[in-house]
Amino acid sequence: MPQPLNYLKETASQTAGPYVHIGLIPAMAGFDIFEKNFSNVLVTPNTQGERITLEGKVLDGTGSPLRDVLLEIWQANASGRYNHPADRSAGTLDQDFRGWGRAGSDFDSGLVTFDTIKPGAIIDKAGRKCAPHVNVWIVARGINIGLNTRLYFSDEEAANAADPVLNLVEPAVRRKTLIASRGERAGKVVYSFTINLQGADETVFFDV
Amino acid sequence: MNAQAPALQDPRLNRPEPLTPPLGDGGFFQRDRSIHPPAHAPSYKSSVLRSPRQSLLSLESSVSEITGPVFGHNDLGPLDNDLIRNYAKDGDPVGERIIVHGRVLDETGRGVPNTLVEFWQANAGGRYRHKKDTYLAPIDPNFGGCGRALTDDTGYYYFRTVKPGPYPWRNFVNSWRPAHIHFSVFGSSFAQRLITQMYFEGDPLIPVCPILTTIPDKDALDRLVAPLDLNASTPFDSLAYRFDIVLRGQRSTYFENRTAGN
Repeated sequence: MPQPLNYLKETASQTAGPYVHIGLIPAMAGFDIFEKNFSNVLVTPNTQGERITLEGKVLDGTGSPLRDVLLEIWQANASGRYNHPADRSAGTLDQDFRGWGRAGSDFDSGLVTFDTIKPGAIIDKAGRKCAPHVNVWIVARGINIGLNTRLYFSDEEAANAADPVLNLVEPAVRRKTLIASRGERAGKVVYSFTINLQGADETVFFDV
Repeated sequence: MNAQAPALQDPRLNRPEPLTPPLGDGGFFQRDRSIHPPAHAPSYKSSVLRSPRQSLLSLESSVSEITGPVFGHNDLGPLDNDLIRNYAKDGDPVGERIIVHGRVLDETGRGVPNTLVEFWQANAGGRYRHKKDTYLAPIDPNFGGCGRALTDDTGYYYFRTVKPGPYPWRNFVNSWRPAHIHFSVFGSSFAQRLITQMYFEGDPLIPVCPILTTIPDKDALDRLVAPLDLNASTPFDSLAYRFDIVLRGQRSTYFENRTAGN
């Protein structure tokens, strides 16, 4: 017998449940407890980059918006660098941008919004340029293991067409499920997205 | 705030030394999905309309996945890991006082340092402080039910609270959740992001819970059940439960000022 491989096993995931707000965004549960809170606003006045709003819904198998879902986003800064020591790319770090935000959907409309900046293009380890994108993680009652997906930008057609991850998506018609569409409202740039958990337009989710 | 409450003691005892992680070129061990609940688990009815039906697209770890948000002590307040005090208005919360402690490890056995752990729970009667919870058990005026902690440089965390109560829910007509605490853990990278629940040793509701039994692997289920840790209990004050959390294995681990395994 060879020696055993003594790796541990990952802890099993469990649903975040209906009351995920209590722990992660207590103000939405109806009370104030922490001195400092995390939020859906990723920018400060000093953050570099184009201000954008990401706005969308997560729809279930009947096409109804989830009104108790929690999303987190993680993204590079305007120069294409993640605020983390493992990103050793050429982009410059922006001390005023952590790159992470969390939002619950509105209890009535199901709308989820983030105030952030448009990320720059990053370079992957094969040296390929990747289209600007935002990484998204989704948890809710009924979601047994958090779902990973990405949002790309509709005004980056050339970059999207060359993106190494988008090009992995087959059939190609599903690539559009990852694209947020650019619009303007009251002078502000708003990218709208829809995440479909099921159905003909089911969003592409990733095993990362 | 109750001035009589004793200070929260550090219950760390006999922590094992971490193993040396393997060397590699970065990225993560592949996730073993056979130990996680499947997305579509009809006995947990809420999953039926909320589970993707297409295959997940497998991605090699890229810089988007091996990075993740970095948190520090500036993000936390001094009472964040003390659920007995962090919402107390005019006395202590009702219930059995407990300490929950353990380590956040990765699959190589190495502690995950300086990572954010968040937790939330019902009160001793099984009622959440949430405007959507209408269960008949009373709200406890001195209990918020949430907290958070950063792990130390060995991956160790602890907090104190009261033991949550079980409660009924609308799955089957007579479904009850075992007593549990929700955990949200970041790890050092976005690919390690995990939400799970901790259960209590000896709870007879564990084997009949429609959510817990979505886990197909008996050993994986058992690893969510925290044993009573009498050694870490505080005499005449609190019982203790030990709960270790294991995140994805990393082929290389980055520290603040140096890289290992590269």
